[in-house]
Formats: sequence, C-alpha cells, structure tokens
Amino acid sequence: MSHNAVVIGGNRIPFAKSNGPYSEATNHDMLTAALDGLVARFGLSGMRMGEVAAGAVLKHPSDFNLTREAVLSSALSADTPACDLQQACGTGLETTIYIANKIALGQIEVGISGGVDSTSDAPITLSDPLRRTLLKASSARSFPDRVKPFTKVRPRHLSPKAPSVTEPRTGLSMGEHQALTTESWGITREEQDAIAAASHHKLAQAWESGFFDDLVTPYLGVARDAILRPDTSVEKLAKLKPVFGGPQGTMTAGNSTALSDGAATVLIASEEWAAEHRQPVLARIIDAEVAAVDHPGGADLLLGPVAATGRMLARQGLSIGDFDLVEIHEAFASTVATTLKAWADEDYCRGLGLDGAIGTIDPSVLNVTGSSLAAGHPFAATGARIVPTLAKLLQERGKGSRGLISMCAAGGQGVVAILEAV
Amino acid sequence: MSALEKAFTSAPGRAISRKAGLKDPPRLRRGRSWPAGAIVLGTVGHGSLVADTLTLLGRTVESPVVDAGDDAPGYGSKIGALVVDATELRTIDQLETLRALLRPAVRGIEGAGRIVIVAREDVDGWEAASVARALDGINRTVAKELRGGATSTLLWTTGDTVSSDLMSTLGFVLQGRSAFVDGQAWHVGHAGDVHREFTAAPLAGRTVIVTGAARGIGAAIARTIARDGADVIAVDIPPAGEALAAVANEVGGVAVQLDITKPDAGRVLAEVVAQRGKGLHGVVHNAGITRDKMLVNTDAARWASVLEVNLAAQLRINDVLLDPETDGGLDDGGRLIGIASTSGLAGNKGQTNYAASKAGVAGLVQAMAPDLSARDITVNAVAPGFIETEMTGKIPFVQREIFRRSNSLTQGGRPVDVAETIAYLLDPASQAVTGQVVRVCGQNLVGA
Repeated sequence: MSHNAVVIGGNRIPFAKSNGPYSEATNHDMLTAALDGLVARFGLSGMRMGEVAAGAVLKHPSDFNLTREAVLSSALSADTPACDLQQACGTGLETTIYIANKIALGQIEVGISGGVDSTSDAPITLSDPLRRTLLKASSARSFPDRVKPFTKVRPRHLSPKAPSVTEPRTGLSMGEHQALTTESWGITREEQDAIAAASHHKLAQAWESGFFDDLVTPYLGVARDAILRPDTSVEKLAKLKPVFGGPQGTMTAGNSTALSDGAATVLIASEEWAAEHRQPVLARIIDAEVAAVDHPGGADLLLGPVAATGRMLARQGLSIGDFDLVEIHEAFASTVATTLKAWADEDYCRGLGLDGAIGTIDPSVLNVTGSSLAAGHPFAATGARIVPTLAKLLQERGKGSRGLISMCAAGGQGVVAILEAV
Repeated sequence: MSALEKAFTSAPGRAISRKAGLKDPPRLRRGRSWPAGAIVLGTVGHGSLVADTLTLLGRTVESPVVDAGDDAPGYGSKIGALVVDATELRTIDQLETLRALLRPAVRGIEGAGRIVIVAREDVDGWEAASVARALDGINRTVAKELRGGATSTLLWTTGDTVSSDLMSTLGFVLQGRSAFVDGQAWHVGHAGDVHREFTAAPLAGRTVIVTGAARGIGAAIARTIARDGADVIAVDIPPAGEALAAVANEVGGVAVQLDITKPDAGRVLAEVVAQRGKGLHGVVHNAGITRDKMLVNTDAARWASVLEVNLAAQLRINDVLLDPETDGGLDDGGRLIGIASTSGLAGNKGQTNYAASKAGVAGLVQAMAPDLSARDITVNAVAPGFIETEMTGKIPFVQREIFRRSNSLTQGGRPVDVAETIAYLLDPASQAVTGQVVRVCGQNLVGA
C-alpha cells in the first residue's frame, strides 16, 4: 500500500424512469455516453487508462464484455483494458474499490470505475424447458431428431421470463423483504415519506444551485434527473397506496426507488498521477468493506452494510461521529430508517459481532444532496453516482473532511467505504 | 426541406433557375491554400512593405501588366492575386497608377483569387486624406465586380508598420482561410520589432477558451484552432453538455459546462485554467442568443436576456480574467475575441436587442484595445454575415435563399470561415492587429 488512490471527479448521465427517455438506449450506449462525458470533462481524449471496471446487474448475454466494448466506443484510447464486475446494487462502489485497490498497490496509476443499468432494455429469456428444447434440437444430427424435442413443448413454456429482483433463496422480492424489515423495526409511514420528500427537495436544490454542472452530462436531450419531483411533499406522498407489505403496508411507490435507467463513472488515480497530469483532486479513498448477512436464515436482507460499517470503523479507529457527511443509499426510505436504527441498537450490533452500537448521526449530515429516491437507482450505477458526489461535497467542506458511504445489495450484502477530502 | 426547396434544388429546378439568371454560386477556396496562379506585386510609388512581407511569407512574385494604351491588356494566364503596395499613394494622379494595375488584374484573376491593396491611413494633407478614403470606395467596388469567388481587401497600415507586423494578415488574406471575407478594410499597426513566424500551427501549446462551443460556429472555432495547435477549453451551458463533450473529445480538449451569465463564471473559468497550469492565451466570446421580436413587442425580459448573454457576461468574465491578481487569468500578449454581427452593424428588423448587443461588442473591442496595448493583449471582433448553421437552417427557404445571395459571393458562408478569421486574430503573429471588427459576410449588401 504505497499509493493514495484519489477521486479526481466523475460523470454520469441524468437518471430516468424505466421505459422513459432512454427506452431505446442500451447499457452499452449509456455507459459509453457516461465515459465520453468523463473524458471530455478531464481532457482524456485518446489517453490510455490503466483499467476501466464497470458492470450491470441486468445484462444481455451478448454484453459479456460490456465495459471493454463501451471503452472501444468511447473517446478513450483503444489500448485501455476493461473488465466487467458485478456486485448487485453495490456494483458502482465495488468497481471503485477494485480500481482504488489496484492504484494503491501500484498496479495501475489511473482508472475509471462505473456502472450502468437499464430496466427498459432488460434481457428477456426463454423458459428453461423451451431453452433446453432449443439446445437439444440444435445439437441433433438428423431432421427427425431435430423435430422431436419440440413435441414436448407446452404453451406455458412459450411465455418469456422477464428479469426480476427476486431473491433466489427466499422467493421474495427486495421490496417484500424490506417490508418485513420495516415492520419488525417499527418504521412508520410518516418517517418514510419524510425521508422521500427530503430526498427530492435536497436533490432539486442541488440541481438548482448548479452543483451537478460538473458531475452530470446530458444524454438524449435529458439534462436533469428525470425522476426528480421538486414539488413533491409529505402530503402528496401520504396519498399513495402501499405496494409492499400488504394493504396495511407502509411502503409506497413514493418511498421506494423507481426502476431506472442510467450510467455513472468515477475517475480515480494515484495522487502522483493527478499532480503530474494537473488534474483536480477531490478526496482520498481511505478504506472499504463488504459484508453479508444470512437472509435465508431470517436476517434482514438489506442490513448487510451495518456489519460492514462496524468492522470498517473499528479497523480505522473511527467512530460514526467522526464523519462530516454520510451517504446511505436509499433503496427504500425504510432502508435508511432501519440502517440508522440498527446503528444505534446495542444488541443488534453486538449480535453482528461488533463491540457495541455504531451510534447515531446528526440528520443534517445525511444524504445532503438527496439520494436514490429522488435521483433514481439504475442498480449498478448508483455507487458511481454517490462516490463523486460525496467527494465533491467533502472537498467543498475542506481538507480532512470525512465521508461514509453505505450501500445495501442483493444477497444480503452491503458495501461501505470511507472518503476523506484532500 | 420544404417541397419548394426540394423543387428548387432538384436537377430540373436548377436548370430553370439558371435560365432565369440565378447562377450556381462560385466555389470558394478554403484552408491554408495559396492562390493557384501567380501572385503579382504592384506598387504605387516606391514602398517596399508589401514586397518584404511577401518575402517573409515565402512567396515569389511576378511583375504586373500595366494598362497603358487603348487596348485593354491582359495576363497570359490567370493570375492568383494582385497585391498593391499603395503605402506611398498621396495624390489623385497616383490613383491612375492604381487603376492601370487593377484593370488587367480584375480581368485576369482566377476563381477565388485575391486583390489586396495595402495603404497608409496616417497621411497628412487634404488631398492625401481624400485619396486614402477613395481607396475604400475602390476596394468595395472592385469586390462587387469580381466574379468566381475572388475577393478584394484593403489593409490600412501606419508609418511604423513593418513586414513582420503585416505578415500574418497578408498571409490570411491571400490564403483560402479568408474565403468569405470580401470588400473589407481593417488596420494593421506596429507591435514591436520581434521575430514572428508564419506557421501551420501558430497556437501550439497555447490554451484558448471558446464559449458556446457545443455547436455551429463555436464548434467550428474549436476544431479550427485545435487544427492550429491550440489546447481548447470548450464552454457551453449545461443542457448542451452532450454535444459539448463530443466537440471537446473530437479536438482533444476539455469541456466545461457553465452558464456564462452566472456571477462567478469568470472565476470558474480561471480555476480551470489555473488547474491546468499552462496559462491562457485567448478567450473567444462566441456564446450568444437571439430573442427576436419587433421592438413594439420586445419586453424587458427579452431585452435583458440577450444583452446579458451577448454582452454583459463577457464584460464580467473579462474583468476577472484581466485582473493581474487572478490565478488562471489572461496572459500578457493574450487575445480577446468578440463576436459582433452584421445585424449589429447595419441594424436588422426584429432584432433591436440583438443589434444592441452586437454593436455593443464592436464598441467594446474598440474601447478595450488601446487600454490593453501596454500588456500586448489584442482585442478584436469578428462580425459574421449569413452563415450556414443549424440556426439559420430554420429560416424559411425563400427568405434563406435571398439572404444567401445578398452578398458579393452569392452564397452563405460556412462556420469554418468565421473560425478561420478568429484563428488568424488569435495567432501570436497578429500582434499588430487590435481594436478591429472584421466582417465575415461575403460583402453582404447590408452593413457599414
């Protein structure tokens, strides 16, 4: 560990609702656009990066080399290597950790992390029986053998399988899982709606002030996050019907993230490279951790980041009060509320093997420019949205300012990281 | 394209319009190309400024054919250009020498050839002053009579102008870069006896900010100055970011999404420059908007927005970038370029606000130039006429065709024609040119 990995900046395209303005755009198109905006912002045209790492949660089989192909379509040097990584909703942060680690180890000097997802252009697959039939038929040698498998096809096999965010081991969707957590932690509808309304208001304010002028590049005529509702209110949100947790549920379309399309990227380098190339430096990537909980065994699916945060803070000798800013990914408003409650819960934290409660934070340091409820959540892109946003906010607050990122991910996992302003 | 426009541009349509007298416009020569035919040097008196300048440009010259008798004499083959050194022209009688040089040349000049008259503006005496002004009338008229895309230009010099002062300007005028500059006159002064070079990459290693760079003329400016070696900082409003990024990546520059009317816009630009640490050679204030309405329908908001973007913003940005205390400000020896418009110089119905802002730009550069000469910063403006852009493509076809043909070159200019003129003014060798407004309009029928 001889080098400091620093965030130079980032670029994303505005996020938009599924089947909205980007319905014709592929993951490849959106990731390329996000890369090209980053290249333009930092004058990287024709330059070779050490590596580009990005990924998508919903991915077509033909996109097996999505990131490398996007690099080839971008203004970067075609000599830039790339790989695809996937860590569910934590992908954009996991790729950042991957690139930062390579920089820290001196394996590369500069790299780009990112993520992209399209729920509009999601892959639709064949039912397993039909797929097996086709595979069998294509490998058959004679015409009769080729036809025979089709006799076993039934009408129900013909309906395609749309992708879902259902946990394979529990059969529950993410929202259904979170509804269980919401109820068991006693999170109220009012708390959730307040978080959602605040997210929209804070994001709208940030856009209005020009905060995103050097973080976002318009795409396909969309210049601002299209899901954002600046005029929403707790009153308006209170009118929505529950979508998870049954008729008595508290989780609505307003306090849950919308299915979204978008892409985001982060430019990361060693401090030496940044100085040599006269690039601005926002924040150092100090540490990161990934944790998982046994959700098939009954643990709260989206509270994986709690253990990750506790262990990372202990390793760094930091307490939660040492952070000037905290970003908790708003998968659902109640994810934020339960995460905060879990941090403050002595027994829960000890149950995770921590020494005690993580503690509480001043609400004014949390998601200060809004988060996924307002911005949208193209799964793999979100981490790469948060990292540059937080890095810029920390830099504005001055050298040494510390920020924490906490992201929940499918499979009961959590990805967390610490940034510090340079 | 409307049905009418399709009919007009179709083969039968063109045949009919040709019969009706609407000729296909001449093909202009563009880029760093010299005239194909000989460059002829004519002299009124014994001045050597032009001869020395052509030597610096590496051009060999031929002697002129002079009209002396009754038979109109001609050149054996087409000539590429006639450059007249009229720096010693003081009397009405000497104008006859000029006529005798021009007559054969106008007849024998090639398509997209050049007539250039170099004269003195600082002359003493009533006759000399009168004759100097006569040159202006001659230049404008010759420009209107020339055919085939050939142009005429009058360059004013002063007694202390030396060949290295004139070199970049004469080179620009003779080359294809000045394709759409016709019937114009501007001044070349003196800027110290320093060695200057005429090269294909005069902006190598120099950083230039271009506002409004996402499309049209701004994108052409970015491309042209990048060709000339500049490191481009391409600026446009955040909603234009996608096109801006494409331009920046194409020219290997940097994109800055910035609304130039923001109070801190100058500071933001200075920070970008300071971060890069390569200094700032020039700023091209290209960003502009129109909010056209007849004056009777022009409210305060329409008035203010145009003046704000087209004029007030560049004043504020200049203030920051010219402050010697600003880290990332304009270097001494730097360049400021404004974009005026023939609408501003001549007035245009429905554009009071726009004309105000664009005439204001012309006034601004004329006022700033002497004040900044001590720092060797030159301040100039370019005034485009009808240029073929996405914006002018939206003008209804018939009106557009009329605009196109309302100039001596009978066609619209291209964005690159404006860009080339700006690149010439940005050239370090153009140090002796300041406070000028150069029109790129094909000698539009309207305008001063």
